[in-house]
Formats: sequence, C-alpha cells, structure tokens
Amino acid sequence: MTETVVGTSAPRKEGLDKVTGAARYIDDITLSGMLYGATVRSQVPRGTIKAISFDPRLDWGEFVTVTAQDIPGKNCIALIFDDQPCLADGRVNHPEEPILLLAHVDPHRLRKAVDAVAIEFDPLPPVFSIEDSERCAQVIWGSDNLFKTFLIEKGNVEDVWANADYIVEGEYTTGAQEQLYIENNGVIASFDREQGLTVWGSLQCPYYVHKALMALCNLPPEKVRVVQVETGGAFGGKEEYPSMIAGHASLLAMKSGHPVKIVYDRLEDMTATTKRHPSRTRHRTAVSRTGQILGGEIDFTIDGGAYATLSSVVLSRGTIHAGGPYHWPSIRIRGKAVATNAPPHGAFRGFGAPQCLFAMERHMDRIAQVVGISPAEVRRRNFLKPGQTTTTEQTVREEIDLGKLLDRALELSSYSRKKAEFARENPARQIKRGMGIAAFLHGSGFTGSGERFLASVVGVEAGADGRVRVLVSSTEFGQGTNTVLCQIAAEALALPYEDVRIAQPDTDQVPNSGPTVASRTVMVVGNLVRSAALGLKQTLIASGLLGSSYSAEEFRAAGQRHVATHGVLRSFARYEAPAGVFWDDEKYRGEAYATFAWAVYVAEVAVDLSTFTATVEDFVALQEVGRVLNPVLAQGQIAGGVAQGIGFALYEKVVWQNGRMQNGQMTNYIMPTSADLPPIRVFFEEIGNVHGAYGAKGIGELPMDGPAPAIVNAVEDALGFRFNSVPLLAEDIFEAVSKEPSGALLPAGGK
Amino acid sequence: MAVSPENQDKGELSLTVNGRLRSVQVHPMARLLDVLRHELHLTGAKEGCGEGECGSCSVLVNGELVNSCLVPVLQVEGARITTIEGLAEGPELSALQKAFLECGGAQCGICTPGMILSASHLLTKNPNPSMDDIREGLAGNLCRCTGYMQILEAVARASCRGPGA
Repeated sequence: MTETVVGTSAPRKEGLDKVTGAARYIDDITLSGMLYGATVRSQVPRGTIKAISFDPRLDWGEFVTVTAQDIPGKNCIALIFDDQPCLADGRVNHPEEPILLLAHVDPHRLRKAVDAVAIEFDPLPPVFSIEDSERCAQVIWGSDNLFKTFLIEKGNVEDVWANADYIVEGEYTTGAQEQLYIENNGVIASFDREQGLTVWGSLQCPYYVHKALMALCNLPPEKVRVVQVETGGAFGGKEEYPSMIAGHASLLAMKSGHPVKIVYDRLEDMTATTKRHPSRTRHRTAVSRTGQILGGEIDFTIDGGAYATLSSVVLSRGTIHAGGPYHWPSIRIRGKAVATNAPPHGAFRGFGAPQCLFAMERHMDRIAQVVGISPAEVRRRNFLKPGQTTTTEQTVREEIDLGKLLDRALELSSYSRKKAEFARENPARQIKRGMGIAAFLHGSGFTGSGERFLASVVGVEAGADGRVRVLVSSTEFGQGTNTVLCQIAAEALALPYEDVRIAQPDTDQVPNSGPTVASRTVMVVGNLVRSAALGLKQTLIASGLLGSSYSAEEFRAAGQRHVATHGVLRSFARYEAPAGVFWDDEKYRGEAYATFAWAVYVAEVAVDLSTFTATVEDFVALQEVGRVLNPVLAQGQIAGGVAQGIGFALYEKVVWQNGRMQNGQMTNYIMPTSADLPPIRVFFEEIGNVHGAYGAKGIGELPMDGPAPAIVNAVEDALGFRFNSVPLLAEDIFEAVSKEPSGALLPAGGK
Repeated sequence: MAVSPENQDKGELSLTVNGRLRSVQVHPMARLLDVLRHELHLTGAKEGCGEGECGSCSVLVNGELVNSCLVPVLQVEGARITTIEGLAEGPELSALQKAFLECGGAQCGICTPGMILSASHLLTKNPNPSMDDIREGLAGNLCRCTGYMQILEAVARASCRGPGA
C-alpha cells in the first residue's frame, strides 16, 4: 500500500494559531482572583539557615507566605531519588535553592517583598568542581559525592596495550549550556477542596508533574490534574524542572485558596533552572600502525550539581554513547556523576551524548594525527559495520553503511577540494579556514529496559461527530508532535490528515504515553498511535458499520453510529518490548536502544586572527534517521539542533562564581542570531527501521551531538592548535595563539 | 525590569492599535508590552527577556519596529501600533504568515509574532531583500528552535509574492 500522509510535509496542526498570535501560552492566561507567586532563594552555595526575617516596613499580612512547614506531603520533588527538597528546610546545598514562597495580587509589590526577606546563614565549605567533588574533602551528597557510576566492559582491555603501536591519550571538557527556550518556565495552580489541584503549565512531561504533586501535596491521583498549555520551547529544560515550579505554585494556591501564577523572568530562569551537565572525558586508546582501534579506556564524568535529579539517566546515555559509532574489540568505560554546590544540572537535548561524543570525535582526530592518516580515513577504518557489536555488545542488525554516509557528507561539503585549498591559502591569510568532520550515533528511545518500565499507553478515539482524536500525554513544544502523530493516525486509518485531531495533554483526559524526551515520540509513541488507530478501524469494521475500504465520510458516519449506540469509541495500545531483546542493567550489556540514528556532519570554519573569532561558514548535516515522516519538520529539527550545537561550540558560556551563574541574561549569555549562523544544509539517508512507526527513528536529539566536535576539529585544521574544550570563545583562541612561541600565526603588529 | 506603576499615578492615554483608537488608564511609565498584553488583552507580543535582546515583544510603532518591553507607553501616545493580531487582512493571512506556515518558520511559536513583525518591517523597507539582508534584518529576533533556515526561506518566499507581505 502506498502511504499518502506520512512522508508529506503536512502543515503544523497548531501553526495557524502560532502565526496569528492566537496561541495561548501560560503567561497569556489569567484566572479570576489570581495571585502572582515568587520564590525567595538561598544566597549561599552551602550552609544552614540561621534565621529568616521580614522587613517590618512592609505589611506582611497582605502576602501569602509558604515555608517547608506548610508542605502537606513529603518535602521533595519526586523523580528518581527523592533527595531534592521542594523548599529548603534548615539547610541549603546551592545558591539558588528555594527557601520561601510569597504570593500577592500585585506582581510589582511582590518583587519588592522578595527583596525584603532577609535570610541569615551559617555557611559551610562548598564544592564547585568535578575535581573538588572527587577529592571528597567535603562530602556534600551521600557518602562519596557520587550520584551514580556505570561500568561497561567488553573483552579484556588489559590485553591490548602490549600489542599497540600507539597509545593515544586525551582529556576533553564541555561546559554547562542553558536551554534558552524563549518562553521562560511558568505555571498556574488552582486548588479546590472538592476538585483537588489543577496545574496548567509550560512543560514537557505532564505525568512527571502529576507524580511529583501527589507526593508533595499528599493528594490521591484523581485529585491532581496537570494540563500542558502551548509551550514556547523546552529542549529538555522543561522535563524535570516544571515539577519544582508547579510544586511552588500549588503550595501557594493550597494555602491561599486562590489560583497562583508563577512565571520566571529571564534572570531567574537562567540562574535557577537546569542546564546541560558540564563534563570531563578521558580517553586512552590502543591503536595499530594502520589506525585500527584495538581497545581502550574511557572515563566519562559529569557534574550533576547539588541534587540527583536526572543525572543518573544522563550519565547512562553518555556512558553508552562514549565509544561513538566505532567498533571497539575491547573497551572499558567508566561513567560517574558527581555532586557540586551548583543548581542541579538536568535534561538538555542530547542528554549526555553531546558531551561524550565531543570527546570521542576530537579524540579521533588526535588518533589520525598520531598515526599519520586523514581524519576521514581513521573514521572509515573503525566504523561499526552490520554484524559487529557496540560497546554494550549490541549487534548492529540494520544495513547501515557509515563509509557511504561519510563519502556523501564529504562530497556534499566539497571537503577534499576545500581542505586542500585552505591548506594552500591559509599561510598568507589573516582569516584562516579549516574543515572538520564528526561521525556519531544517537540511540532512539529510552535506554535498556526503560521503555519496558514506562509501558506507555496511547489512545485513539472517535467522538460523537465521528471525528478522530489522538490521546497522548506526549507534548508539543515546537518539534511537531501534534502534526506527526496525527499524520500517523491518519495514515493508519486511511483518512485525510485534516480529519484527525490531537487532544490537549491533560492527565484527566489522556493516558500516560510517557515523557516527551529521548527522541522517542515519533518512533515509540508513534508506533503505538498506529496500533491504536488500527484497533479503532478494526472495531468499526468488525461491528459491521464500516466496509474494508471506505471514504472519509463513510468512516465518520460509521464512527457517529457506533458512538450513538455504544458511547465514545476508544482504542488503546500499550508498549510491549520486542521479543528477544536482552538488556542487563547490572552489567550494562545488551540492546541499549531499539535502534540508532547515524550521522556525519562537516563544518567549514573561518578564524579571523584580528578578532580571534571563529565563525562557521558552511555546515553539512547528513543523517540516517529511518523514514522521514514529515520533511519540513524533520529539516527544522536538524537545523535547529545544529544551531544549538554551534552555540554550544562557539558562543554559549555559563560564567560561574560560587556556584551561581553570573551571566543569566540574554545580553551576556550569547546564543547565535540569524546573522551568526551559516547555511545549515540538511540531508537524509533513509534505510528504514522495523521498530518505528512507518520506519521512523528518533531524530530530535541527534543534531545536537555533532556540531561541537566538527567545528573544533575544523578550528584545529585552520590554525594547527589543539583545543579540547567547548565553548571555544575568541579569548580562548587568543590565549592559545599568543602563547605560541614562534608567534607565526599572529597578525603583523601583534604580540 | 518593569517600572512599578502605582495605582494613584495612572492617567489616560490614547493610541491607535491595529487600526482602532484605544484609550487606556495606565501609569505613563508602564511598558508598552504590558499595556498591550494586560490592558488591551493582545497577548501576541511575548516577553522573552525584558531587556530588548530577544525581540519576542516586537511591534510596529508608526511603521517602525520596536521592542515593546523597552518603550514606556507615554512615548507612544497618539501613535499607530501594529501587533501580530493586526497583521492578517481580515480572515486572510498575510503573505508572510502563509509563508511561515508553509516553510516551517514557526516551531514552538513563541518568537513567531515578533519574527513576523520584524520580517514585515524588513519587507516594507526592502521589498526584495537578499539572503544576507534577511539575516541582518532579523538579527534582533532570537529563535531557539529553527536555526533560522526555514524562517529565512519563509521571508524570501513572501518577498517573491510581492507587496502586501
């Protein structure tokens, strides 16, 4: 059967509302009697709270005040470990830790009141770096500052060193990165003794918030309702943090009896909410004379901040991706997430993979140099091939040909011609150019047994009007969830795209289709939507109301008749792990992901030695993501991810002091504008995927992984300097170049 | 950061918003953004940063593009304001709005109203912009979703369709 809806660029379901300004985001919503809420935070990175005092010049009777003592349930943000308090109770572990909440009808008076609360602390010695945390001079979490460790072992790595022609070592680091969705975090909470608690918010995972609020507010499931409203970007930044802000608004609403809105301003959002985990990766690799990887050791360490939040899961993905798309006959990978006294780091597109893949792909260029072969060749000689196994000993079953992917990327970027041209012209030029490659993979869906534990449920219903609605808790925040899931349902039901709608994610209305994370929505949830839709069709056919071939009108009429007789018709599908999938959570061995997306990216970079700025001039992003279900949306996902990756590589630096972000504004935390970015040229290979809906794989996170290493590899190609950290700013390039003893690269008249 | 408009300091001001004369009781130093959103219930203009960096609050004042979070309402008394809500011509979308839909120029949508107004301003001043002109013209509007490619394409497509964009 030829597919007619998937594979087309169906227009974005909520697109009309977005281009006309009609879309309602959380800050566009006002409820009657609504108060505004605000958060009083710690001023110190670590310490005990001695006293809280309120400026007597304010009439505090006007304000609703909430402290840890007002919490009806458990004082924690329930997630994986319940270690993070909703409000500090006696002790603080990072400088943005929430201590006290205030609400008032006037947001201006509220802001003044926040400044009028004084908190006295007995400071304790803080820990700010991975190295300090490892030394354990101060134990700030558990007994050893370790949130989580993983060990992957394949073969016997001890045997490889003696036979190695080269042993190549390197250390690579990446900085924190702010998600910088343009809409800040925000929620409205409303409490009614009969109805319970309702929270509307800008968020990714309604059921995460639902779970956290039940524990915090001591309410049964049916008394907590979480509704996602239009969400202005998330990128992981609204995966776990909304449980915190929703908790705060809920406590204020329960105490005051009024609806309470909390919307952060940019400074509060940037300083207090999660960011990408800073990382340090150490490689030690045994390599043959011909550039073949014989085996190696990788130590991957991330800074989790003050509480465990999602660090264990980020670490898991990072540890599994650390070996890149290469065949390792033997390997030992140690992953470690450590505690520091900074606000907890959290989910951000890529989720550990951009960090470890930056290291892997910089290290591949290093191996190429040591062996004396080209960056393309070293990759080609080590690419995973069908039938070989990954670091977790997962057999590559699909017919992926990474060598072919590499060839095509090199051709699309005119790699060889340009590389030769730049090498010839650079010596005489003030602006030096270079080419860089990154090859990588990204696992689709939850890791290991994750999808089995989630056991997601999806519904498709026919309403009284006979029209179809998709019921999922999977959320739209720009990626195209609404559109693609409707395309899939329409395809399965042989209906026009326009005839299928999607329900607003509301925990009272939709089943738990799992969190909207991990590049799982189209592949995993989409497949369930297809099953549920087929179930709906079967019911109508089996009931005799619908023939095996039908028009949209006949389908609608059949639906109407069924609903008139039996009530709303709903078909549900629940995730079941494919047979024969093996994963060992103890040994971290087996089928880490149902499938991987694969990519080769090529960056062309220019470094101006009068300003020391590096600029990306051309960018080729070639990937194999299974079947592309909506070309316009897929291109948009890749280009957007590449842009964030360019920011991660060259622009976005979080400046820390005493555990606090110093540049929490768009003025001083710089993300790329339209004038900063190159043409981002997006290409797909499509080999299909048996696990995903209509052959789709995960796509959302992949493009975040490749740009940073491709770009820094290109900077090295341009300058001959080895940079092993991102972000790589002009001052870093200046420092390296000005330390060069020959001064050969410095412009005339320079130092 | 918003100035605190105390109730007693409010005064009456008039402005023409999307072709309609409107009169509001506000503090003269209230931000135009807040007046549009809270007094006139035009929530299309968004606050992304509150300091004129992100452009999400872009509106047109007498045809000029401004960040409405930086403009005290006093300064626009009597002016003609165009917000995203006033861009469509009746039930018909503008050429830019259509092109944004077709090209994937809107993802999460939060920057879209400001981006479209900025693009509209650009096309008024320069009906046939080059790709570099478009990049430059939209550089004051941040988008975190798209990497700008599909936005640039949308503006180029709208410009090809001629005036009224």
